[in-house]
Amino acid sequence: MTDASIVPITPAVTNTPTGVRIEGSSTGDRIYRWVTTAFALVVPILLLLIAWAVFVAGWPALHKFGLSFLTSSDWDAVNGRFGAAPAIFGTLASSLIALIIATPLAIGVAVFLSEFAPAWIRQPIAFLVDLLAAIPSVVYGLWGVFFLVPFLTSTIVPFIKDTLHLGDFPLFSGPAYGYSMLAAGLILAIMVLPYISAVTREVLLAVPRSQREAALALGATRWEMIWDAVLPYARSGIIGGIILGLGRALGETMAVTMVIGNRHEISASLFAPGYTMASMIANEFSEATNDLHVSALMAVGAVLFVVTIIVNIIARWLVWRVGKNQV
Amino acid sequence: MKRLPFVVAALGVWGCSPQSSQKQTGDTSKTTPATASGDVGSSVALTGAGATFPAPLYSKWFNEYAAKTGVKINYQSVGSGAGIQQISEQTVDFGASDAPMTDAEMAKAKGGPIMHIPTVVGLVVIAYNLPSVTQPIKLSGSLIADIFLGKITKWNDPRLATLNPGVKLPATDILVVHRSDGSGTTYIFSDYLSAVSPAWKAGPGKGKDLQWPVGMGGKGNEGVAGQIKQTPNAIGYTELAYAQQNKLSTAAVQNSAGQFVTPSARAATAAADDAAAKLPANTDYRVSIVNGGGAATYPITSFTWLLVYKHQPDATKAKKLADAVRWALTDGEKDAEALAYAPLPASLVTKLMPRIDSLTMAGSR
Repeated sequence: MTDASIVPITPAVTNTPTGVRIEGSSTGDRIYRWVTTAFALVVPILLLLIAWAVFVAGWPALHKFGLSFLTSSDWDAVNGRFGAAPAIFGTLASSLIALIIATPLAIGVAVFLSEFAPAWIRQPIAFLVDLLAAIPSVVYGLWGVFFLVPFLTSTIVPFIKDTLHLGDFPLFSGPAYGYSMLAAGLILAIMVLPYISAVTREVLLAVPRSQREAALALGATRWEMIWDAVLPYARSGIIGGIILGLGRALGETMAVTMVIGNRHEISASLFAPGYTMASMIANEFSEATNDLHVSALMAVGAVLFVVTIIVNIIARWLVWRVGKNQV
Repeated sequence: MKRLPFVVAALGVWGCSPQSSQKQTGDTSKTTPATASGDVGSSVALTGAGATFPAPLYSKWFNEYAAKTGVKINYQSVGSGAGIQQISEQTVDFGASDAPMTDAEMAKAKGGPIMHIPTVVGLVVIAYNLPSVTQPIKLSGSLIADIFLGKITKWNDPRLATLNPGVKLPATDILVVHRSDGSGTTYIFSDYLSAVSPAWKAGPGKGKDLQWPVGMGGKGNEGVAGQIKQTPNAIGYTELAYAQQNKLSTAAVQNSAGQFVTPSARAATAAADDAAAKLPANTDYRVSIVNGGGAATYPITSFTWLLVYKHQPDATKAKKLADAVRWALTDGEKDAEALAYAPLPASLVTKLMPRIDSLTMAGSR
């Protein structure tokens, strides 16, 4: 998590001078310019090459199944029928659950750290929250297997089903596998929290002091100052942070595979096992021997690619719109 | 699409980078007398790739064999599918698989006909987690199929109760656990279910990666074993070793003679012995031995195979390979049981020897 990655999507904190290019005249400057241009080109070219390779490899399956590849729940390697709907649904659903849980928490942490925390506690807490981002995902997965899943089956599920009697409600119906969409969403929530919180914290710290003082001078309470003056000012940056978290959640593979239950089925129940695109590829690729199966997995990769791009476009658009309304 | 095998092969090569360093330092095998062919002391190490299930045994074998003879054999446990892929592309000297190659796969192999050599017998156990039940439960093939088809959903189902008189089965949901990754274990298990249940054969069928009617998936044998251990009322299938390591309860399964047999290496070897006696003389050993005859046989068993080209391109390597396989099938088999594999029956080893000889002759022609 570096601050550099925040800057481009948070106009509120950008302070790069624009429109000024200093033309160098010496040879060194020219070489320097060409070298950096080459570096800058390598990344988009690499991206295009990866996209091209994935699409070419996935084409036979996409061509054969057409639109039903996106809508069918049939994933039958024995008879060569492939439809990725459960995995697409699972990827979006688990990420959504993660954001619903992580966003309020992360913003709460960030507000506390930037507005309330005394200096001596701010650094340690910020450090610990950031540290969450440094834990390898397989460790999250292990924690999920040995703590979260047993906790869900032994405590949370009986509470919802037996104490609250919500067992017939579709969201909580069916046999209680601890390995479930809910477990995946919870793990992802913890994993994306540091991203959202770190970005939000930096953005909040960048809100000018005058903004806060003006609100207080108008007689606002501390709460009103934060809610009405600070958070709206930082809105586009916060959305940027959420999108960064979403990107992380969409692509997460290992931890999700370990707790989601890996089942090709769309279920309304949070307690039912599900699947995500990334975990499906990781699970099946090593033993996929027939060409169509491999191609179907590559096609899933291509779909994941497209979904990620769409999410990013929506994010840019949101940030742009929010930024525009602000002025 | 044509490109993909290269990608896979490239990954395989990249995955085995330690091999190149061993090749450079592997000159110890110069001490073993080279064969008549002029290819003295060139690339001395043999490389193989494939099934993960026998990998612990193979690595023990090849370690021992290197200590004994100085011949280094590198085995990458990359999965049966990748093993078949790599031997077909001739990027390794031998492959290994838990499922026999199909005719279509055989036809794609670049180096000509591939021989299947059984090495050990694997057995798949039905493991379960019922905290309140202390005595081992009994299951029949059709019952296992119906549980995994989702037709039997409660532990106290009358059909389960009839088979297990005196066992107090709870009135809870059966939580089915299966493999989420493609696997030879799934192949053996579904091969068995297809043999005993017409409904299974017509439904999910036989394969390394199935469309499961019910349940949740765990990644790898360790994943399935872990999920069973963590989930009360769960049932699933794993290799014997993983059930033993995790101290899971395993069911006694009814064999074709009507006996309920608890899974053990001995019962699996018995199954192989029974199957070997029935094989025709010209068999290529691409055979299924599930649900075999005999009173003491455990029904969910299978060979795991080494895959080698009948016509070896390199005479030196061919001799080393044949020697190593001969050693593995004789002295090596003694290591099997300690690692929870079932050794091949002696009757079968005797039959396999001429097959390995035919490989050597083809190589030195």
